[in-house]
Amino acid sequence: MTQPATLQEPITQAPSSKALVIQNLSKEYVPGKPVLTDISLEIEAKGITAIIGPSGTGKSTLIRCINRLVDPTSGNIIFNNQNLASLSGRQLRNARRHIGMVFQEYNLLERLSVMENVLSGRLGYVSVWRAWLRKFSAEDVDKAFALLEQVGMADFANQRADALSGGQRQRVSIARALMQSPDILLADEPTSSLDPKTSVEILELMTEQAKLQHIPVIINIHDVTLAKRFADRIIGMSSGSVVFDGKPEDLQNDHLKSIYGGEDWLS
Amino acid sequence: MSQPTLDKGTFMEKRTWSRFSKFERTARFLFYFVTVAAIVVSLQTIEIIPEFLIDAPEQIGDMLNRMWPPDVSYYPSTIHEAMLETIHIATLGTLLAIIMAIPIGVMVAENVTQNKALNWFARLLLVSSRSINSLVWALLFVAILGPGPLAGAFAIAFRSIGFIGKLFGEALEESAPGPIEALRTTGAPWFSIMTMGYWPQVVPTFWSIVLFRWDINLRESAVLGLVGAGGIGVALNTALELFYWDRVSMVLLSMLVVVAVVEVLVTQIRKRII
Amino acid sequence: MTTNSPIATPRKYVRKRNWLATFSYLVLAAYLIYVLSLFDVNLERLIIGIGRGGDFIGRMMPPNFERYALLIEGMLESIQIAIIATTAGVLLSLPVGFLAARNLMPTWVTWIARALIVGCRSFHPVIVAILFVKAVGFGALAGTLALIVASIGFIAKLFAEAIEEISLKQIEAVRATGAPFFSVIAFGVLPQVMGRFIGFISYQLDSNLRNSTMVGLVGAGGIGGTLFAAFQRFDYDFVSAILIAIIAVIMFAEGINNVMRKLYR
Repeated sequence: MTQPATLQEPITQAPSSKALVIQNLSKEYVPGKPVLTDISLEIEAKGITAIIGPSGTGKSTLIRCINRLVDPTSGNIIFNNQNLASLSGRQLRNARRHIGMVFQEYNLLERLSVMENVLSGRLGYVSVWRAWLRKFSAEDVDKAFALLEQVGMADFANQRADALSGGQRQRVSIARALMQSPDILLADEPTSSLDPKTSVEILELMTEQAKLQHIPVIINIHDVTLAKRFADRIIGMSSGSVVFDGKPEDLQNDHLKSIYGGEDWLS
Repeated sequence: MSQPTLDKGTFMEKRTWSRFSKFERTARFLFYFVTVAAIVVSLQTIEIIPEFLIDAPEQIGDMLNRMWPPDVSYYPSTIHEAMLETIHIATLGTLLAIIMAIPIGVMVAENVTQNKALNWFARLLLVSSRSINSLVWALLFVAILGPGPLAGAFAIAFRSIGFIGKLFGEALEESAPGPIEALRTTGAPWFSIMTMGYWPQVVPTFWSIVLFRWDINLRESAVLGLVGAGGIGVALNTALELFYWDRVSMVLLSMLVVVAVVEVLVTQIRKRII
Repeated sequence: MTTNSPIATPRKYVRKRNWLATFSYLVLAAYLIYVLSLFDVNLERLIIGIGRGGDFIGRMMPPNFERYALLIEGMLESIQIAIIATTAGVLLSLPVGFLAARNLMPTWVTWIARALIVGCRSFHPVIVAILFVKAVGFGALAGTLALIVASIGFIAKLFAEAIEEISLKQIEAVRATGAPFFSVIAFGVLPQVMGRFIGFISYQLDSNLRNSTMVGLVGAGGIGGTLFAAFQRFDYDFVSAILIAIIAVIMFAEGINNVMRKLYR
């Protein structure tokens, strides 16, 4: 019996192994003013990890270092048995294919259709020529349709991306990330531009899909309530270092004070 | 004994997608094809002697060599006067164009003039004005009025009518209908509606258009002298005919300076007044 | 005296005068009068001029298409010049425009590229055509080279501006998928600039077509030469035939432009 198009990929890692290991990661945009100081983390092969912390504390830099959109100053990033920090050129691009990313401002290709946006997730796998001509394989197209259904955007396949609302765009961008069949999903403030209700919908969608795919998720988020609700593990950052690392239940006001400073905002 | 073939079960049809519909794809392909064909045919049939093409860099280098250093003495003797004349040609031409373009612009604006025949007529005038190059207009006016700066001014004027008239008409069409409606209900005469209703709305755009055209006209006026319509073109032509390359470069240099000064001037005017 | 009387002094409405505007208009009017006298324009000359103008129009009508072979040959050459100049201009403008984009290239590179672009735009195409005629001889080559220069000055400048305005976020997203460089360009850069680029090309094609009908006046090929010869021979009815042909071709090209823009968004 032919397999209907599903989204399950064979599991390649033993469930208890670590998916991502960050060792002594540091980043200085300006010499002498480090944004990340000696961060070391281990991320399990499944589960939702939320990183919280005030703006400017390096959350975005940390996440972008993982897929090397930002180059770390020093440190190692072990993923899929490779040190991402030392890769370049083709190897780096090949490694990136296995890391899906969802952005705060969706970063969709505005003038292209929803379908093209989702298919762009496969750009790491198709040749330049076929990308130019938009000649994607039938499997890719079918998978794209299936993903659009999963994120609830199947009716919008031919609409231009700039015609969508914020929530709709984020759904498409999740579909794009999943199109890569990634081994990990990164999300940089995915809900900061969305209203409260849509934020919850998007987080539910992401966590649900990740569970279906058996992949871990790392989310930057500044809404602590949402973080506690959806995450299995919370990492609190302040001034470029990790100051809290534990379960949501263990996150107390004292911890929040050390992360964010100030008392007035705490209820 | 024959084996029954295994039933493969339901075959799920793969959904398809393509960026362009069949119609669009054929149209685009056709267009590409025609474009490439046009380019290839043009290349094959154009009369370009390959030796000249290969020789070109050397010739150009030689010419540039002869142009340096520029003959500075040519400036006070000839260029200064001619430059001023060019500026006058451009300005006079633009002013004359304004006078003629305003009524035509009013005629072509569909919200102001509701008569389709008049609209069409005005549009025809504007298109003709734009399609004929200012140099060709200059040829015409030199034939009518004789050589000299007046022919040049009229050439500039007639060429600019199309530009100013079209953009002025568009500005009129984009003006808010509210104030016009209000004036109509008071029973105001047509002229008052124009001056009180439309004009105040389009004034900044109008002068912006005029300024833009004046800038272009300065450059165009400079070459009209090549056909005898006055201005710096005459000085350039003389120098070219006699192969005084250093004078030619002096003329070109002066043109550059004037254009640069005008650019700065125009930018300042735009910032402060418009 | 109090102002309790029922008839108060009527308030006068004085419209605020925009002194700057009034002053400017007066200056313009004065200038107009000055230049008209400078050019020795008086009523007598104007009347003579209008008379001669009428006479002239009479001689241009009806348009004489007898020498249509010459006309077609000239127009074809002009069209060829326009097509080749636009094609070569576009091809050359792509790298020059890229090099001039300040968000992609280091400063010194953009300076050189921008200086080149400004140089190309400094002079009227006819002047550039004359220089090329003197350099490479009469004929279509000079005209084509002149219009290539004009095209680069326009397209490369606008192309650079379009590149400078692109959103880097889209490029970031495509890079994150592991796409190779040219795929990033194909999906992340080109869709953002293509719409405007098609607009520039169609504008420049139109402009080149108009200019190509004219560069012949200085010997750079095309219908301009035929036109100039007709003027010199006082064949004004042939002149009007040529003008009609030019207008017709330009209008046709505008129609094609509209089609191209619709097809390529």
